[in-house]
Amino acid sequence: MKFGVVVFPGSNCEQDCYHAIKVLGADVSYIWHRSEDIDGFDCVILPGGFSYGDYLRTGAIARFSPVMRAVKKFAAGGGLVLGICNGFQVLLEAGLLPGAMLPNTSLKFICRQVNLRVENDQTPFTSLTRKGQVLAMPIAHYEGNYFADEETLKALEQNNQVVLKYSTPSGEITSAGNPNGSLKNIAGIVSKDGNIFGLMPHPERAVESILGSTDGQIIFRSLMESLVKS
Amino acid sequence: MVKVKVYVTLKEGVLDPKGVTITQSLQALGYKNVKGAKVGKIIELDLNSSDKTAKGVETQIKEMSERLLANPVIEDFDFKVEE
Repeated sequence: MKFGVVVFPGSNCEQDCYHAIKVLGADVSYIWHRSEDIDGFDCVILPGGFSYGDYLRTGAIARFSPVMRAVKKFAAGGGLVLGICNGFQVLLEAGLLPGAMLPNTSLKFICRQVNLRVENDQTPFTSLTRKGQVLAMPIAHYEGNYFADEETLKALEQNNQVVLKYSTPSGEITSAGNPNGSLKNIAGIVSKDGNIFGLMPHPERAVESILGSTDGQIIFRSLMESLVKS
Repeated sequence: MVKVKVYVTLKEGVLDPKGVTITQSLQALGYKNVKGAKVGKIIELDLNSSDKTAKGVETQIKEMSERLLANPVIEDFDFKVEE
C-alpha cells in the first residue's frame, strides 16, 4: 500500500502528511508537482499550504500543474484522492469537487481546534467512524467558508456527499459550532463516486496525543482499511 | 500592444465578507446612505496583438477569464479593451 503526497511550490503540510502516514505504518513518498507519473500509488494526498502563494484565488494556479492532469486521470479510474485544506481548495478549483471557498466571515485567519460531526460513515475515508461521531481536529485557514449554489447544495445532501460538518463539542450543527461561515456548516465533502475527499480541517495534525488530538488517525486508518479490502 | 482590463466581481447572492465590513465601516464613519459594497479585482493585461478590434482578442480574453481569471462558481467577469 503506497501513499503519495503531492508537493506544489508553497505547500507546507506535506511533511506533516508524510509523517502521519509513516506513524500509522504505511509506505509513503512525495510527488513533485511537475511529475505526471503517479503510477504505483494507491492514494494521492494534496496537502495544505499556500500553493503558488494563493495568488489570484486559493488553488487556482495549482490546478494547472502537470501533476493535476495525472491526478484527474487517477481519480477518474477510481483512485482515492484526499485533499486537505489547500488541497481541498485545489480540488474545488479543478472541478473534481463542487463548490468554492470564500474568505472566512470573520475575515481572520483561524488556527484552532474545531469539532466535526461525521455525516457519512460509508466512504473509504470514514469507514471506521460512525455517523454522528464528533472528531476534534485543527483548522488553519483564511478561506474555508464553503459556498455552493442551492442546486449544488441540494445535490450534495441528496447524494450523501457531505461527510463532515462543523459542530459543537456535543455534535450540534449550529452557528456557534461554525468557525468560518461555511454553508450548512460543511467542513468536508466527497465526490459522487466517493473516491475524492476534500476537507478543510487537518487530520494529519491530529495523529499523536502530543498534538492535542488523535482523532485524525481515523481518517487515515479508514483509508488504509479500505485499501486493504480493495 | 493592446491593454485590457478584466474586472472580476462576486456573483449576485454570494456573501462578500469584505464588502460587508466596508459597508459597516463607511456607515460608522457617518456615511449612512451607503447600503452596500462589493469587493472585486481588476487584472490589467498587456497583449501582444496588432489588431485591437479583432474579435480574436475578445474571444481570447473571454477564454482566459473563464479558465483562470474568474471562478464561475462564485465570480462574474467583464473586460474593457483599452484603445
